[in-house]
Amino acid sequence: MQEIHITIKLFAQYREERFKVEQRKIKKGTSAKDIMDVLGISEHKLPLGVLMVNSKHEKEDYILQEGDTLALFPKVGGG
Amino acid sequence: MADKIYRINMNDLSFTIEDVPSEWMGLGGRGLTSTIVAKEVDPQCHPLGPNNKLVFAPGLLSGTSAANSGRNSCGAKSPLTGGIKESNVGGTTAGIMAKLGIKALIIEGLPQDDSTFYHLHVSFEKVEIQQVPELVGKNNFEVLDHMLAKYNKKVAVMSIGRPAEQKMLISNISVKDPKGKLRSHGRGGLGAVMGSKKIKCITVDAEKFNEASANIVDPEKFKEANKVFTKALQENPISGEGLPAFGTNVLVNILNEAGALPTRNFRSGQYDFAENICGETMAENIKARGGSTTHGCHAGCVIQCSQTYNDKDGNYLTSGFEYEMIWAFGANFGIRDLDLIAKIDALMDDLGVDAIETGVTMGLAADAGILAYGDGAKAYEILANDVSNGTPLGRIIGSGCANLGKLYGLVRVPVVKGQSIPAYEPRAVKGQGVAYATSPMGADHTAGYAVATNILNSGGFVDPLKKEGQVALARNLQIATAAVDSTGMCIFVAFPALDDPKCLPALIDMINARFGISLSGDDVLNLGANILKTERAFNIKAGLTSASDRLPEFMNYEPLPPHNLVWDFTNEEIDEFWNF
Ligand code: SF4
Repeated sequence: MQEIHITIKLFAQYREERFKVEQRKIKKGTSAKDIMDVLGISEHKLPLGVLMVNSKHEKEDYILQEGDTLALFPKVGGG
Repeated sequence: MADKIYRINMNDLSFTIEDVPSEWMGLGGRGLTSTIVAKEVDPQCHPLGPNNKLVFAPGLLSGTSAANSGRNSCGAKSPLTGGIKESNVGGTTAGIMAKLGIKALIIEGLPQDDSTFYHLHVSFEKVEIQQVPELVGKNNFEVLDHMLAKYNKKVAVMSIGRPAEQKMLISNISVKDPKGKLRSHGRGGLGAVMGSKKIKCITVDAEKFNEASANIVDPEKFKEANKVFTKALQENPISGEGLPAFGTNVLVNILNEAGALPTRNFRSGQYDFAENICGETMAENIKARGGSTTHGCHAGCVIQCSQTYNDKDGNYLTSGFEYEMIWAFGANFGIRDLDLIAKIDALMDDLGVDAIETGVTMGLAADAGILAYGDGAKAYEILANDVSNGTPLGRIIGSGCANLGKLYGLVRVPVVKGQSIPAYEPRAVKGQGVAYATSPMGADHTAGYAVATNILNSGGFVDPLKKEGQVALARNLQIATAAVDSTGMCIFVAFPALDDPKCLPALIDMINARFGISLSGDDVLNLGANILKTERAFNIKAGLTSASDRLPEFMNYEPLPPHNLVWDFTNEEIDEFWNF
C-alpha cells in the first residue's frame, strides 16, 4: 500500500486538545474529510469554516497528494 | 419633540439648534454625515481651512436597545485623501447624542484666536465653548482623566492628542469606551480636522435629556425584531463564538495561510513569525496572565470582539488590541513580540494616531532607511518623541505613507487615494483589492469586506486568486455596508447578515418600528447606493477621477509570493464598479 507524507495545521478552537501542526504518513487516496474524521473535527461543535491545501481553498472531498499541507479552520472572522 | 441639528460655529464661538430638514429625516450615521458634507462643504476647500466642516452623527438605531447599535459616524473632507471621509466608532458618544435628540453635530469655521484650544461641552439644548489652555500639549488619557474628574463618569468624551494638535495626517479622534479606555475615529486624518478647528475635546452630557427622542413608535414590534436580531448575532459561529474567543486577531493565521497577509511592506503574503503574533497566541497569553478576551466597545454590544491585554506580570498593557494594529506592526513592519506591539498600541491610543496609517508608514520608513525593519523599540521612540513633539522626523512620519513615499523617492508605496492599504493583500484577495480601489474613502477594508467571501466562506465563496465575480462582490458589499453604516451597527453584523437570512430583515424591522415607517430591503439597498454615489460625486468635484480608483502600480508588475500573482485588473474592469 502506497503512503504519502502530509502536514496538517489546525487553528483556533480546533487546536484545543489536538495540536498546532503535525506531519503524518497517510494512505494514498485519503481525502481531507477522512483526516477530519480521524481528528474528530467532523463532529466538532464548531463547523468547518475554511479548508486550505497549500494555501488554496479546497473542498472536503479533496484527495491529498504527497507533500500537501492541509489547514483546517473553524468559522472565524474579524476585520 | 423631534431630533435637532446642533451647529457650532468656531468663527465666533456660537451655536444654533436647528430643525432637521425633511430630506435628512430618514438618514443617520454615514448616510447623514456624507449627505451633510456633500451639501455644505465646498469639495475644493482646503480640508484644514475655514470651509471644511466636521460632522458627527449617531446611527438610526443608536440610543435604542438594539444590539450593537452604538456606533457614531464622523465625517469631513479628509486631509489625507482629499476626498470625503466617514469613520465610525463605538464608545459612548452615539448613545448619548441620540438620547439628547441630536441628529447631527456640525462644527464649522476656525476660531479667530488660534493661540489656544477649546473644549466643547454639549448638553441638552446647550453648547458651552471654553478655552482650555491647561490641556494644550496633553495626550488623550490625560484629557480623559481631566474630563471625567470635571464631570461624572457618564459624559461621552471625544478628544485629540498632540499629533492632531499639530494637524498630522495620521491623527485620529479618540472616543471614550464604556470602561474608560479609548477607541477611535481612526482613518483619514480626522484628528487633524478637529485640530485645525482648535478643538481639544468634546464632551456630551445627557444628564438632562429629551425623553421623546428615545421614543419608539412601535415598541412591541421593535422588541420582537431586536430579539431575532440578537439571536442571529449570538448564534452565528463567527459573531457568536470566534470573535469573542479570539478577537479580530484570529485573522493573522488564516490570512497568513492563504498567502494574503501583507508582510514586510507588501513584499510577501506570508510572515515567518505569524505564530508569535496570532490570535491563538494572544488568547493563550490572556488566559495565562489574566485580562479578558471579551470586551465591548459600546454598551449594547453582544459580540464583544475587544479585549484587555496584560503583560507577563499581569499588569495591564492595552485594550482594543485589534488585528489591524497587530498586523501593521507585526507582519508588515516586522515586530515579532506581541507584547511590544501591545505597548506601542497603548502609546498610540494615548497619542491618538491611526493604527493602520501609522503602522504602514512605519513599514515604509524601514524601506526608506529611517529605522530597521522590525525595530520596535526604535518605532516606539519615534512615536513617543518625534511624532509627539513634532520634530521634523516626527512630521515626516506623521504625514502618512503617501507623503513619506514622495519625500524619499519610493515606488512601492501601498496607498489608494493617499490612504494606506490595510491588512489584506489585494493581489491575493482580489475582491478586497477592488473594494480598496473603488471606495470613495480610499483604501479601507471596512467599506466592503470582501475578505468575508474571498477567504472566510461567509456569504458564499468567490475565489480570492481569480478576477471572476470580484467587481460585483465589491459593489454589493459596499452598497450594503454604506446602508449598515447608517444604522449605527458595527461592521461585524455583516457576518450573520451574510449567512443568516433572518438577520437583515430583523434589522430593517427595527428601523421601521422605531420610526413608524415601512422600508423594504430594496429601499435600504437604494439608500446604500445613494450614499456611495453622493460620496463619489463629492470626490469628483474635489478633483479625484477614475484614475484615483487604482491600486499602486507596483502591484501590477511585482508578483506576490507565495501565489506569485500580480494585480491584473484592467482600468475598464475596475471602472465597471460604478455602473449601478
Ligand atoms: S463586535 Fe467589536 S467592534 Fe463591534 S461593537 Fe462589539 S466590541 Fe465593538
